[in-house]
Amino acid sequence: MRPLHELILLLVVLTDFWVLGTTRLSSMIRATAIQGALLATLPVALSSHPSVHILGLAAGTLLVKAFVLPYFLSRAIREAAVRREIQPLIGFTASVILGAAAVALAFAIASRLVLPGVQSDLLVPVALSTVIIGLIVLTTRNKAVTQVVGYLVLENGIYTFGMSQAERVPFLVDLGVLLDVFVGVFIMGIVVFHINREFDSLDSTRLTELRD
Amino acid sequence: MTPSTVAGLFAVLVFAPALPGIANRTKSALTGRRGAPVLQLYSDLAKLWRKGVVYSTTTTVLFRLAPVVFAATTVLAACLLPLDGATAVLQFPGDLVAFVGLLALGRFMLVLAAMDTGSSFEGMGASREVTIAAFAEPALLLCFTILALTTGDLRLESMLGRPLAEGWQASAPSLVLAAGSLFILSLAETCRVPVDDPLTHLELTMIHEVMVLDHSGPDLALILYASALKMAAFGALIVRVLAAGVMLPAPVSLVGLLLGLVVYAIAIGVVESGMARLRMNRVPQLLVAASAVAGFGLILLLR
Repeated sequence: MRPLHELILLLVVLTDFWVLGTTRLSSMIRATAIQGALLATLPVALSSHPSVHILGLAAGTLLVKAFVLPYFLSRAIREAAVRREIQPLIGFTASVILGAAAVALAFAIASRLVLPGVQSDLLVPVALSTVIIGLIVLTTRNKAVTQVVGYLVLENGIYTFGMSQAERVPFLVDLGVLLDVFVGVFIMGIVVFHINREFDSLDSTRLTELRD
Repeated sequence: MTPSTVAGLFAVLVFAPALPGIANRTKSALTGRRGAPVLQLYSDLAKLWRKGVVYSTTTTVLFRLAPVVFAATTVLAACLLPLDGATAVLQFPGDLVAFVGLLALGRFMLVLAAMDTGSSFEGMGASREVTIAAFAEPALLLCFTILALTTGDLRLESMLGRPLAEGWQASAPSLVLAAGSLFILSLAETCRVPVDDPLTHLELTMIHEVMVLDHSGPDLALILYASALKMAAFGALIVRVLAAGVMLPAPVSLVGLLLGLVVYAIAIGVVESGMARLRMNRVPQLLVAASAVAGFGLILLLR
């Protein structure tokens, strides 16, 4: 029987592909919510004897990544009335291929990157691929909401990477990371709302048309 | 080659036309209708077989050849699969490429016949069919690569037989990803819902159906039968990959395969009831996603 954390890490990569391949924003947000829930179970699955610190981290992650952030994002798209990413800089088919290449690259790099005390040899490559796929979404999509989702995926990758040191990193650092993202998304949500009100569109390429 | 090998091939050849019936019946049940009998395709085949053939004067010998080639290549492809779980009727090193190539040849002949009629609708259907095939074939070969790497053999007989059972111990995630990818591919190859709708009869939206509009009588029967057999072959492929862990003696394994095919047809029916057909320009995206999933399985294996 395979360890549970390997299954979770594989599912994380599949949710990455989901985020890359879907055109509907609501589906994209659902994918990040599922990814958040998967990542929340990761620290528990990784440690043999979950301590209070680990359980607290899991509960906090679940609350923020799987419920609060997706809720805010859904509210943002409802209020801004955007449904789909219409014209990304790179097409959806091409971005899925790019994502697959990113995963290959991540696995190639990770085999040379040996870290001490990593519980699973899938942890580092999955973290790297999630970071790269987050970057792809962040840089190739036009809608501000999609870019926030890309930022979230990117952060999920960093979080996965942090999991490799979860036993050693103090609780406060984890808390800081979560709070950081929370505030980041909160501010982005407000910005998104204002962009939409001022310009009647969430297309960030139109921001270059700003004149006084 | 043992008696059970031949029995396996024979059973699948006989059972194949029931699969579309089961899929359509599942769809009817889930949407609250009674639906056509499960064995409808057998009656259709018998009816078509008794009818005469009409050939358009614009067609050449290609048009008459295509149904025969399509049926023959599909039967040959089915011969390459170890249907009873142990041995295949035909086997040689590298026959996985022959499997893909035979299916491609059958499709190629159908496309030629469609162009041969000179009908613009059929040409359009042929163009769509080839577009889909161009994305589906690399993904199919990727899935086969995963199986070949897991078992260290290039014969479908071993790739789907005993060595795969040991492969499940070492690389289960890759195999699950390959099976998932194969399922998406089989929907494309057998023209089922997210890619093509077998029930639509509007020329502008059909893909496979529109290509065979001009065939009639026994020719059409051959095409319908070969399509059902292709579905059975893909179903058998998926069932063998997923059930490789359970090694049964050959006759029992054959019963298991037939049960697996029923489950496969029901799964197709459930997928068809649950989702709408994709827009034509989204189909390549689905197939590229299937390739990406298979590619990820390959990366996990090469790690």
